[in-house]
Amino acid sequence: MAFVTAPLLEFENVGLSFKGVNALTDMSFTMTAGELFAVIGPNGAGKTSAFNCLNGVYKPQRGDIRWKGDSILGMRPDKVAELGIARTFQNIELFAHMTVLQNITLGRHIRTNVGWLAGAVWYGKAKREEMANREKVEEIIDLLEIEAWRSYPVGLLPYGIQKRVELGRALAMEPELLLLDEPVAGMNLEETEDMARFILDIREELGIAMILVEHDMGLVMDIADRILVLDFGQVIGEGTPLEVQNNPNVIKAYLGEELTA
Amino acid sequence: MRGRPNLYTEYKAEMGLFPSMSKKIAIGLLALIAILGPLAALPFLGFAGDASWLILVNKALVFAIAALGINLLTGVAGQVSLGHAFFMAVGAYTAVVLGGEAGNTVWGLGLPIWIWLPAAGVAAALIGVFVAPTAVRVRGLYLAFVTLGLVFIGLYLWRNLGKIAGGPGTGRPWPELEFALWRNMDPLVSFTSDGPLWWWLTPVNWLPWVHIEEMDGEVKTFFFLVVLVAVFAIIAKNLMRTRIGRSWAAIRDRDIAAEVMGVADAKGKTQAFGISSFYAGMGGALFASVVGRIIPESWDIFLSVEFVAIILIGGAGTIVGTFLGTFFVVLSPRIVENVTGFLATQAEDGGPFSWLGSIFVRSSADDWIGIVSYPDAAGPGLSVAQLNIVLFGVLIVVFLIAEPLGLYGIWLRARNYWKGWPFTY
Repeated sequence: MAFVTAPLLEFENVGLSFKGVNALTDMSFTMTAGELFAVIGPNGAGKTSAFNCLNGVYKPQRGDIRWKGDSILGMRPDKVAELGIARTFQNIELFAHMTVLQNITLGRHIRTNVGWLAGAVWYGKAKREEMANREKVEEIIDLLEIEAWRSYPVGLLPYGIQKRVELGRALAMEPELLLLDEPVAGMNLEETEDMARFILDIREELGIAMILVEHDMGLVMDIADRILVLDFGQVIGEGTPLEVQNNPNVIKAYLGEELTA
Repeated sequence: MRGRPNLYTEYKAEMGLFPSMSKKIAIGLLALIAILGPLAALPFLGFAGDASWLILVNKALVFAIAALGINLLTGVAGQVSLGHAFFMAVGAYTAVVLGGEAGNTVWGLGLPIWIWLPAAGVAAALIGVFVAPTAVRVRGLYLAFVTLGLVFIGLYLWRNLGKIAGGPGTGRPWPELEFALWRNMDPLVSFTSDGPLWWWLTPVNWLPWVHIEEMDGEVKTFFFLVVLVAVFAIIAKNLMRTRIGRSWAAIRDRDIAAEVMGVADAKGKTQAFGISSFYAGMGGALFASVVGRIIPESWDIFLSVEFVAIILIGGAGTIVGTFLGTFFVVLSPRIVENVTGFLATQAEDGGPFSWLGSIFVRSSADDWIGIVSYPDAAGPGLSVAQLNIVLFGVLIVVFLIAEPLGLYGIWLRARNYWKGWPFTY
């Protein structure tokens, strides 16, 4: 019996365009379970568009996206989430009027199933589920060290804490793949190091595969297993951090070319 | 845990309905007032037993049920709806067809309350789910207009379906609040007729200053409605604190993020419409029954707007706010009328407020100063009813700008001020 398993995620020649603008052209890559995969590229390269295609928010016109061998193209975002694909957003997309607890508990939505009738009764199934939810959520709160903020409405929290709450909400989904869209954007060195530690903790303790989109090259080069470089919607390089750093196309995209007379 | 009221050692203690001692005391006091007040058994609050007030309070309780529904839809799920009057009408007409008496010109099956009341809610909920696919495609202002359309479709239907609604301008009588096992059987309990004190209320007579043998129909109606309202409030709270309520709040705050987190957007909105309409249907049926007779023109846009006023003045997305808003909106016209009448007599007979009365009230055609005519048509000013509409309009604007959480927000601020006193933060 051969252990031939499909890769966790495959992008095959994915192309996305808005009218005449090609956001993504022929984007292909594969990643395996447990991998920490980074996608980098200058602003407007198509990194977030790739996430949106994967999530089902955008529908690419060309190519295919496969999850464990099955195409997930054209699936509704909530169905994609149910597969075990969680995400954080570049510009925080928390539920501003809900508390930290409620926000993270919302992440449990796909892992719970109490309907409106059982919910209205409360006693029995709904209560049991809420208690179990709370325990899971407290584990995440403990992991991310946000105990003190538990019952605050997230709109009142500082930016760095909001980023952590968003990570917590994604973790509450118990995902197999976690998409991190610029988790340390706008953070100072200390906050960045905290976040890097959380990412590594998640990887080691929970074994969740991650795709990291980030502009902080120091962070990416330090923690990523493999890196994909995008520019103007096209893949211009792929490999380990060392390979990518020495890739002439990448250097050209980031640093430009010397003028030759 | 004496002395540490905010220390919780179990999740279930913190996640209870009334997690703190002060909340338990408050709800206990409220229950006590709800039992003793209408029986005129409370010192200083004897007026609560006055039938003319109690009729208003009963109307407020009925409105509170419908308001809980719109608060789930608009306050929690963020779907602004002006169609509440339509769903209330669906409930009311389901009730009257099932429970009302048949006549030459109207249908009626004469079934008992345990059929027509739940059926009113279910019918409204079904219609709610039926129109939801159209409604979930639009949001914000557009949704308000789509749901407003329902009210006008409804008004046309009620005017023309004489067999159901009883004809324009006349309406038809609604079934009374009485519990019978089957049609034409003697009711086991009547919640509308005067009668002897219910046996389980006899302990009230142990209070030394109280001696009650008879209770009015309004008091019975009050008790019936209070129990219903309590049940519906707890159900609403339970929905809000479990999976479905969280998904509604998520859709309200960030719908795309909610979808990416696994919340099915259309499903959540459809459920919100269905459950909100259930509340509206029940509220509409009870409203019609408590009032007794309703003309088809009553289910108009002003009824819907009244509910928008309730959630905006009371506090969107909270149960306490729903009640504050409902009582404010239902009781304030009467209070305004009383105050105006008081000022008018002051102006006429002279008193400490006669100066205010003479400025504010226009008591005859040759009285040139004043905003409000009292009695009505005494001068060219506003009538008391018009003044009330103006007041609601002003209050909605003021609350939207200054205190989006409504009366509930004011209460929160007052509470936090005294919690922190003497410090300001």
